[in-house]
Amino acid sequence: MATQHSRSAARLMMAPAVVLLLGWMLVPLIMTLYFSFRNYFPLRPDRVPGWAGFDNYVRFFTSSAFWPSVQTTLVIVGGVLVITVVLGILLAMLLDQPMWGQGVVRILVIAPFFVMPTVSALVWKNMFMDPVNGLLAHLWRFFGAEPVSWLSEVPTASIVMIVSWQWLPFATLILLTAIQSLDSEQLEAAAMDGAPKLKQFWYIILPHLSRAITIVILIQTIFLLSIFAEIFVTTGGAFGTRTLTYLIFQRVLESQNVGLGSAGGVYAIILANIVAIFLMRIVGKNLDA
Amino acid sequence: MGRIQLKDVTKSFGDVEVIPPLNLTIEDGEFTVFVGPSGCGKSTLLRLIAGLEDITSGAIEIDGADATDVPPAKRGLAMVFQSYALYPHMSVRKNIAFPLRMAKMDQAEIDRRVDGAASVLNLTDYLDRRPGQLSGGQRQRVAIGRAIVREPAAFLFDEPLSNLDAALRVGMRLEISELHKRLATTMIYVTHDQVEAMTMADKIVVLRAGNIEQVGSPLELYKAPRNTFVAGFIGSPKMNLIEGAEAAKHDAHTIGIRPEHITVSATEGVWSGRVGVAEHLGSDTFFHVHDTGLAETITVRADGEVGFNHGDRIHLTPRSDVIHKFDAAGLRIT
Ligand SMILES: Nc1ncnc2c1ncn2[C@@H]1O[C@H](COP(=O)(O)OP(=O)(O)OP(=O)(O)O)[C@@H](O)[C@H]1O
Ligand SMILES: [Mg+2]
Repeated sequence: MATQHSRSAARLMMAPAVVLLLGWMLVPLIMTLYFSFRNYFPLRPDRVPGWAGFDNYVRFFTSSAFWPSVQTTLVIVGGVLVITVVLGILLAMLLDQPMWGQGVVRILVIAPFFVMPTVSALVWKNMFMDPVNGLLAHLWRFFGAEPVSWLSEVPTASIVMIVSWQWLPFATLILLTAIQSLDSEQLEAAAMDGAPKLKQFWYIILPHLSRAITIVILIQTIFLLSIFAEIFVTTGGAFGTRTLTYLIFQRVLESQNVGLGSAGGVYAIILANIVAIFLMRIVGKNLDA
Repeated sequence: MGRIQLKDVTKSFGDVEVIPPLNLTIEDGEFTVFVGPSGCGKSTLLRLIAGLEDITSGAIEIDGADATDVPPAKRGLAMVFQSYALYPHMSVRKNIAFPLRMAKMDQAEIDRRVDGAASVLNLTDYLDRRPGQLSGGQRQRVAIGRAIVREPAAFLFDEPLSNLDAALRVGMRLEISELHKRLATTMIYVTHDQVEAMTMADKIVVLRAGNIEQVGSPLELYKAPRNTFVAGFIGSPKMNLIEGAEAAKHDAHTIGIRPEHITVSATEGVWSGRVGVAEHLGSDTFFHVHDTGLAETITVRADGEVGFNHGDRIHLTPRSDVIHKFDAAGLRIT
C-alpha cells in the first residue's frame, strides 16, 4: 500500500542508507579530485606541497607510459571477456547435460572463484608457469619442446590466462542458470523444424543466453578494469603488463607522488565510463524487454 | 502422403515400460485422435512418432519406408506443442519462416508461403510482433502456421487447445477441422477432451496404460465399445455401468446404459430412485439419481424443461435396444 504516509515513512527509513552510501562514494571521489590538483609528496620533505593546477593531468597524460597502459588494460579486459564468455557457454552447456556426479562436478567448477586472486596468481606463477619447475615446463619437456618462460616471453597472455581461470566459474555459473531456464520444447520444435544441433545453438540457445551474456560482460568489465593483485605478484608491471591501475599504483607508491596518481585515478574513471558507454551501446539493448 | 505404421513398438523409461508392444496403422489423410486418461502414454506415443524419443524396440514406417532411426527433422512431420514452443526472440514472421529457412528455401518462396499461411490463419496484422505480444489463441495459430508452411507429410498435435478458454477452444477446434478438410493431410491429435475427440476424429484410438483398448470411428466407439473401459471413457456424461442381479437378467456380468438412453417419468418406470444433484444446462438437464438399488449413482439426461428437484422420487426406463452387455472380464458380449 503506497499511501502518502507510507511513502514518506519509507523515505525516512531509507535516508540513513542513502546518506551513508553517498558519503562512502563521494568522500573518496572528492579527495581524489582534490589531490589531483595538488603537489603532494607525504614522504618526501624536500618537495614543497602546493597547488599544481592541471600540471598533474598534463604530466600523466603525456608520460610515455600512459597510452601503453591504456592499451594493456583494454587487451587484458577484452581477452578475459572473450575467453570467459566463450568457454563459459561451452562449459555451461556441458554441465547442463545429465551426468553422474553432477552436483560434485558443479561445485568443483565453481571452486576457482573461491581462491583469492593473490593466491591463485602465485600458484599459477610458481607451480604452472615456472620455466624450470612448473607443470607446464614439464609438459613441454615431455614433448621435447623448449619450456616457455611464460611471464617474461608472453606476459600479457599469461595474465589473461590466470585472470580468465578465475572468472570462468562466474561466467559458467550465470550462463548455466540461464541455459537451465530454456524450455526444452523449443529445442525439440527446432529439431522438428529441421535445425541441426549447431543451428539450434545459433538460433535458439544463443539468443536465449544473450541477456545472461550481457550481464556477465558488464559485471566482469567492472572488476577487470581494476585487476591488480594478479599483476603485482607475477610480473610486477614489467614486460608491458602495466595496466592503468598498476601505473597509478606505481606513481603513488613508488614515486610517492600522490597528486600525479590521483590525476591518473580520474583518467581511470574516464576510461571506465568510455568502456561502459561502448558496452551499453553494443550489448545493453539485450537488457530491455 | 503420410501413412504411418507402428509395428510392435515399445517404449521403456529405465525399468518402467510405458508402451507395451503396440501396433497401429494411420492411413494417409486420416484425422486420428489419441485419447486416454492422464499418464496413459499419449504424449509419449506422439513423441515416438515424431522421433523426439527413441523407441525401445519395434519399428515405425512412414509411407512404407522404415523411419525408426530417422532423426525428427528428416521424417517430414510437423508438431504443434501444448506450450506452442514458439521462439520468443523472433517475430511471428521469422517464427513461421524458420523451418523454411532451415530447409534453405529461397527468400521469395519463403515470403510467399509465410504470407499464404498468415492469411489463412488471420495473422497478417501480427507478422511483425513477438510471440510475447500475442494472445493465447494467436500464439496457437502461429504454432499451426509454423507447422503448415512446411507442407509436412503429417501433423502431430499434443493437446494444442488445452491452454485456451472454452469459447476460443470451440473456435480453434473448427479451424483445425477446417484445415484438415482443406489440406487433407494426415493429422494425429492428442487430447483428453471428449468433445474434441468425438467431433474432430475420423478415427479414435483409446489408450490405457500404453495399451490400445479400441480403435474405430467416433460412432463405432459410441455404439459398440469393446469393453467397459472404453464404454466409460467415451460419451459424456459417462455411461452407467450396472452389475449384479439387474445385469444377470440380461445374461451379462455388467450392463451399460448411456444417460441419454434412459427416459424419466414422475409416475412409472422400470427403476425408481431419488434425485440427488440436478444439473440444468438449459437445453438438457442431467439428474444424478440415487437409491435405485442398481449402482451408487445413475446419471440420466432429460430435456431442459423436465423439472425434478433434489429429493424428488423419479422413475426411469432404459431403452432396451441400446443396452450394452459385458462379461466378467469386461469384454463386450455381442
Ligand atoms: N522422460 C520420462 N522418464 C520417465 N518416465 C516418463 C518420462 N516421460 C513420461 N514418463 C511416464 O510415462 C507415462 C506416460 O506419460 P505421457 O506423458 O505419455 O502421458 P500422457 O498420456 O501424455 O498424459 P497427459 O494426458 O497427462 O499429458 C507416465 O506415467 C509418465 O510418468
Ligand atoms: Mg501429455
